[in-house]
Amino acid sequence: MENLTREKEFQAKLDREVKIEPKDWMPDAYRKTLIRQISQHAHSEIVGMLPEGNWITRAPNLRRKAALLAKVQDEAGHGLYLYSAAETLGVDRIDLEEQLLDGTAKYSSIFNYPTQTWADIGAIGWLVDGAAILNQVPLCRTSYGPYARAMVRVCKEESFHQRQGYEIIMTLAQGNEAQKKLAQDALNRWWWPALMMFGPSDDNSKHSAQSMAWKIKRFSNDYLRQDFVDRTVPQAEYIGLSVPDKDLKWNDERGHYDFGPINWEEFYNVIKGNGPCNRQRLKTRNASFKAGAWVREAASAYADKKASRKEVAA
Amino acid sequence: MSQRKDSWPLWEVFVRGKQGLHHKHAGSLHAPDAEMAIKNARDVYTRRSEGVSIWVVPSDQITASNPENKDSLFDPAESKVYRHPTFYEVPDGVKFI
Repeated sequence: MENLTREKEFQAKLDREVKIEPKDWMPDAYRKTLIRQISQHAHSEIVGMLPEGNWITRAPNLRRKAALLAKVQDEAGHGLYLYSAAETLGVDRIDLEEQLLDGTAKYSSIFNYPTQTWADIGAIGWLVDGAAILNQVPLCRTSYGPYARAMVRVCKEESFHQRQGYEIIMTLAQGNEAQKKLAQDALNRWWWPALMMFGPSDDNSKHSAQSMAWKIKRFSNDYLRQDFVDRTVPQAEYIGLSVPDKDLKWNDERGHYDFGPINWEEFYNVIKGNGPCNRQRLKTRNASFKAGAWVREAASAYADKKASRKEVAA
Repeated sequence: MSQRKDSWPLWEVFVRGKQGLHHKHAGSLHAPDAEMAIKNARDVYTRRSEGVSIWVVPSDQITASNPENKDSLFDPAESKVYRHPTFYEVPDGVKFI
């Protein structure tokens, strides 16, 4: 009974746009939803380093290499901001990490696609980060304070990611025939997975309604997807690339682009673990966690040694 | 917050944006000791010249007011409008006040 009144007060607070902070009372389901969403978001940032890391040593010049390194380092930072935000809800980062490593946690499906050519690095920045920005900007106003604050920081840093990607694709699209082909091929392969990043359509999104009521989510999946299409199609046209969708057409009446059906079977298949790189990503994460063990152990041993010296001196 | 034995302690990070400003809470991170916490904070929270000085404080050393006491702590100030300059009437013609 008491919880019922508290839940009503909680919802009233959200309706007044008051943010929830870590020590405030919140329904268990709200806490659980946030832990799930924020940790999945964090895992996505961490796994997101892998497809791009693949090209750091093969970047075509120093300018591109420095930018890509900085971008990948940002993704690591974003993962850390998000793990910190999740921890304010009473979980330990190490437990979340274990869920990622043993494959029980989910992360954004987009990172289970391979980066086959340098143009893919452009397509990721332009399309994947572009889609991520549209998802993330409204999250700056999400109802949970620490998550919102982490997203403000992430969004500020993310805009360079999209621009560097577009610059890469544009350079290729304006290059020779072979380069143009690379750019078009990357767009062909990343377009649909990027549209899938917004999640299932509104009628099939199981968490959406509650998340909207809790103001964790501010816009529906389909609304954001449409926004992405409307912004991105002219960007593709500007550099002479064609979006791989024969149904794509400007609809004057709606004031939006109409676009073709999404292959949801592929989406669910990748989520289930059958994407082109699911196993490889997990293997790489696990290998790098193991390879880093000695660094963590050494840092702990050094800290212990210093602490014990201090005790002796005191 | 309970912490697992095999994880490093949590530190709260405060960054001074530039000389003359307060240190402001930036976030938190895990590190084995204070020195590493500063180094990690440099990489995590100041990659774009966001700061000129960093404080790190063990999270468990922070005592916070209880949100349940919010009303009793902060409501009394709301009725004291006379603590603000706009409470007082000064004629239009009077300057520099």
